[in-house]
Amino acid sequence: MQAFKAETPGFVTDTAGLQCLFDVLADEGYRVVGPTLRDDAIVYGDIDGVTDLPSGWTDRQAPGRYALERRQDNALFGYAVGPHSWKKFLFPPIETLWSAHRGADGAMSVTVPERPADKFAFVGVRSCEIHAMAVQDKVFGEGAYVDAAYAARRSDAFIVAVNCAEPGGTCFCVSMETGPRAAEGFDLALTELIDAGEPMFLVETGSEAGRRILEQVPHAAATAAQAEAAMTVSERAAAQMGRSLDTSGIKELLQSNPEHSRWDDVAARCLSCANCTMVCPTCFCSTVEDHSDLTGQNAERVRKWDSCFTMDFSYIHGGSVRASGSARYRQWMTHKLANWIDQFGTSGCVGCGRCVTWCPVGIDLTEEVAAIRAVPDEGRSR
Amino acid sequence: MAPRPKLAVWKFASCDGCQLSLLDCEDELLAVAGAVEIANFPEASSAVVEGPYDLSLVEGSITTPHDAERILAVRAQSKFLVTIGACATAGGIQALRNFADVKDFIAAVYASPQFIDTLATSTAISAHIPVDYELHGCPINKVHLVEVVSAYLMGRKPAVAAHSVCIECKQRGNVCVMVQGTPCLGPVTHAGCGAICPAYRRGCYGCYGPMETPNMPALTREWRELGADGRDIQRALRSFNAWAEPFRQESAAHDD
Ligand code: SF4
Ligand code: SF4
Ligand code: SF4
Ligand code: SF4
Repeated sequence: MQAFKAETPGFVTDTAGLQCLFDVLADEGYRVVGPTLRDDAIVYGDIDGVTDLPSGWTDRQAPGRYALERRQDNALFGYAVGPHSWKKFLFPPIETLWSAHRGADGAMSVTVPERPADKFAFVGVRSCEIHAMAVQDKVFGEGAYVDAAYAARRSDAFIVAVNCAEPGGTCFCVSMETGPRAAEGFDLALTELIDAGEPMFLVETGSEAGRRILEQVPHAAATAAQAEAAMTVSERAAAQMGRSLDTSGIKELLQSNPEHSRWDDVAARCLSCANCTMVCPTCFCSTVEDHSDLTGQNAERVRKWDSCFTMDFSYIHGGSVRASGSARYRQWMTHKLANWIDQFGTSGCVGCGRCVTWCPVGIDLTEEVAAIRAVPDEGRSR
Repeated sequence: MAPRPKLAVWKFASCDGCQLSLLDCEDELLAVAGAVEIANFPEASSAVVEGPYDLSLVEGSITTPHDAERILAVRAQSKFLVTIGACATAGGIQALRNFADVKDFIAAVYASPQFIDTLATSTAISAHIPVDYELHGCPINKVHLVEVVSAYLMGRKPAVAAHSVCIECKQRGNVCVMVQGTPCLGPVTHAGCGAICPAYRRGCYGCYGPMETPNMPALTREWRELGADGRDIQRALRSFNAWAEPFRQESAAHDD
């Protein structure tokens, strides 16, 4: 069993303290977003306070299935991640990159739309999601081509992490070494201690900004027993993973099996609908659409989330490179779990389970990898 | 100033809804009229300018011998021909006749069936003539129509995606109704509507017809898992795009 040890005993606060935290963040000019109930699911949206949180709810997740259920208690964070990820705030699904206008004299002017002034405070960020942001930081924030809008939104963001108490049926962060306890990458981290009846929160600080905000929120020093209880929450969560993925030699396994019969097997089930890539918190692909208007005087370029499951995605002169479902699924999974390591020095998967839950036909990448591993030499390219 | 391209709008068997979406482009209508010469559009004006036409928009399906002739004449007068809507691109709801015997319908509906001259089938325009571009939807999205005309004027490819409705559904932030237990046609349906129905917690009805790479058996297997029977599946697939090949073929496989 995975064991956790507190670095420092930390602090405790209660529901009133949490409300105060929301108020302080709002006063400091943050747009506070967090988990809230909508359409029979726990989504991420604007929240004003504790009453907007899904108190007393949990989720039942399985491949291709999601349902809410009442809990026995009134925990505020007693569920795993849902259909949304923070990606939708940092890397908006549809964004106009620039627009251009041709004046009467024929001269072109290009305007970049002003970035909305939103400074986000993300409340309830899970450990896997912190890792997912770190992965997207490598894609958008590093290297020769930095996405300035992403980088600005990201560096402005205030992260209130929540350590998971109740992994979902499709979670496998323990396998990916990305959870369930957040070690870094947050300003504040909460562990909900529900056993007392009313929610209490162990609070850890992870940054100077976090310490400064916490100073304005009523809190007390945690007792050793409270710190211990928080570690027990994480240990219990780590022991309850819905799934597991054997990652040993996974890069070589997938890269050496382009002809495995499992690709055709999964293609018979896969819809090429792209839901897995849309919900994945690390998937970063986009397309750009160029539009000109009827007058021919105005144009704009719009960026939209795209996916390796579309035909346009791999279209080059003469046709799509990945014309078959097998080629498309192979691209998604091999990139995610293997080629990503070559490209970014990390796996593209943080084990959040979203692609498994939100695949309409319940295709489970952990099972697909296991099936390839079961016959590891079958699909070797010659 | 160079002469404006001549636009013609043609109607075959249809409800007029798609050509009305052109008139519905209130904000853009003046710009359309400025950019093209509306040369032949009986729904909007009785003044008809003779062909040939630079751009023809064709609504409706082919259901009579007369229309099968007329579409050849339209093609002959049109440099660039775009079909709009489910009738023109797939045969429309009236293609339900293709699954039955049209003579039975005629006998049941008309007092003097001998005056009815109709074909046994309702078929897409592309089954009769070469088509330069197909704009799907029942009805089409007027934003797409403006996009297609703008793209034509600029000589570029229209930015109209052919992937699943699911991508639009996720871009919109909807919660997937199928994963929550409601059968949905979104995964096999061509994008274009912006995933309206899932946004209102309904499964997709398939108004835009098959997407680029539909995996029909994989979807209908899951529909059955969710409790749909053959009749439900057949009815869902046999609507506005019933005669589109992937929908037609799959609906035939659920005769139970
Ligand atoms: S691949 Fe699946 S489990 Fe891994 S991070 Fe993406 S959505 Fe989560
Ligand atoms: S994958 Fe781990 S960190 Fe992410 S929600 Fe599940 S238990 Fe929490
Ligand atoms: S794996 Fe599932 S979610 Fe992904 S494209 Fe295939 S059917 Fe869609
Ligand atoms: S609700 Fe329908 S269209 Fe939307 S993602 Fe789910 S299956 Fe696709």
